[in-house]
Amino acid sequence: MEFGPHLVLAILEGAVGAAVLALTALGLSLVFGVMRVVNVAHGEFFMLGAVMAWFVAAAIGGHPAVGFIAALVIAPLVAGVIAMAADWLVLKRVNYDPEATIVATIGLLYIMQQSALMLYGPEARPVEAPFNSRIALPWVEWGEAGLQLYYPWGFGTTSYKLFVIVAAVVLLLAFWAFLSRTRFGLVMRATQLDRETALAFGIPVETVYALVFGLGAALAALAAVLIVPIQQAHYLMGGDPLLLSFIVVIIGGLGSIRGTIVAALLIGMSDGVISVFFSPTLAKILATLLVALVLVFRPQGLYGKTAT
Amino acid sequence: MLEVQDIEAGYGPVRVLHGLSLEARAGEVLCLLGRNGAGKTTTLKAIMGLLPLTAGRILLDGTEISALPAHRIARQGVGYVPQGRRLFSELTVAENIEIGLMAGGKDAGTRDRVLDMFPRLRERLAQRAGTLSGGEQQMLATARALAVEPRLLLLDEPTEGLQPSMIDLIRETVVTLRAKGVAIVLVEQRIDAVLALADRVTFIENGNSRETVTPSELKSDRALIHKYVGV
Repeated sequence: MEFGPHLVLAILEGAVGAAVLALTALGLSLVFGVMRVVNVAHGEFFMLGAVMAWFVAAAIGGHPAVGFIAALVIAPLVAGVIAMAADWLVLKRVNYDPEATIVATIGLLYIMQQSALMLYGPEARPVEAPFNSRIALPWVEWGEAGLQLYYPWGFGTTSYKLFVIVAAVVLLLAFWAFLSRTRFGLVMRATQLDRETALAFGIPVETVYALVFGLGAALAALAAVLIVPIQQAHYLMGGDPLLLSFIVVIIGGLGSIRGTIVAALLIGMSDGVISVFFSPTLAKILATLLVALVLVFRPQGLYGKTAT
Repeated sequence: MLEVQDIEAGYGPVRVLHGLSLEARAGEVLCLLGRNGAGKTTTLKAIMGLLPLTAGRILLDGTEISALPAHRIARQGVGYVPQGRRLFSELTVAENIEIGLMAGGKDAGTRDRVLDMFPRLRERLAQRAGTLSGGEQQMLATARALAVEPRLLLLDEPTEGLQPSMIDLIRETVVTLRAKGVAIVLVEQRIDAVLALADRVTFIENGNSRETVTPSELKSDRALIHKYVGV
């Protein structure tokens, strides 16, 4: 029993990464799909979620679960409100021009990052998980003496990691229902398809844009609150999720929700597995190579539509 | 009903309309005739608030709708069938109609009335709009505009590329609405359709409104058509 158990562990790690990545990338994909804005500051909203989770947990104290649940509500709200303010103060002023918004969100990235450094500091700080019991995993193998059960076999996962996976799945399903079943979801999809006609049919496009930008940031912040008990909060932590989200969104097809989820699973899983067996750097190299190949051979992404 | 007074508008720095005026009355079909690029579509977009006016104003029953933000104009009772239909192609037929109902603040009763006018759409409620045939797409674009329960309906070349039976259906719909007292502004290239439907015709040339005549005047004086449409 060498390779098999390690693979199971790697897949579990990968699934945690994929779950968080799916939520983060969904925010980026949503903002691009509806607003045609490439949000370079997306990773900073992720960082903001993690840092806010630490502040909330530290301020509330008591049992870690209380702080964690409060952070799950407060951090996405704060990130959403800041994003809506940024939309109103900056993106709206440059008329959502594709090039200008890239430069504007780069500026936003540095403002948020340096503000976090000033207010939160350069340390990496942990947030305690609400629960974190170890779960030993059984392993079954065909050995010399027939079928053998190894339990416990030394490695395992934690209940919190399983919770992250389940929570992400629940949130993704809830988001899908929100998008396809609610009036605001319908308004968002109509705005994405044809901004001008949406406007002619009474849809306040600017308000929709502000809410979508806030929602995208809130999704990143929510993903960060889920991961921060495993990863710690740091003011430079936004880089990796930004890179991986872009990779996911490009591979999945810009603006395609389904493509984003599928690509997040693919990239998150392979990132986890390759990081365990080889190195995290190799995982990033391969993911970036995959992006290059997708851009060359299928520029619209897996589920993207070619412009008509 | 609708009064467009000396409006100037365009796309960015390019001005298309230079002091255009027109008037549409309740229970009447006003046709806009003119060459390609004369400013007919731009006029409709300006009425919908989709282009900023640099001069002039637009009144609907005395309310200055050109002072409202674009997303509040539909709620004033203005339905719009844009050129090329512009359906929300990834949304279903039902969702496209729902957008119209939301725009006008209308309920299921309106939805039923609209679907009664286009029974074919009722059979295809769950179908994606982009997969409908051309005629069905035009029905849906019209149904979406009627879901607003408009007192003013703007139609931009609604019969473009349709087969004759579908053109008849659109024409019947326009006649029905006119009888109900809706003011209709129709952009149409085909002279025979204009002559059959219009109560008045306003010619548009180089972003300006020229003569406004009745179809009978037009029949007796073909020179106008030669002058402004060039056929």
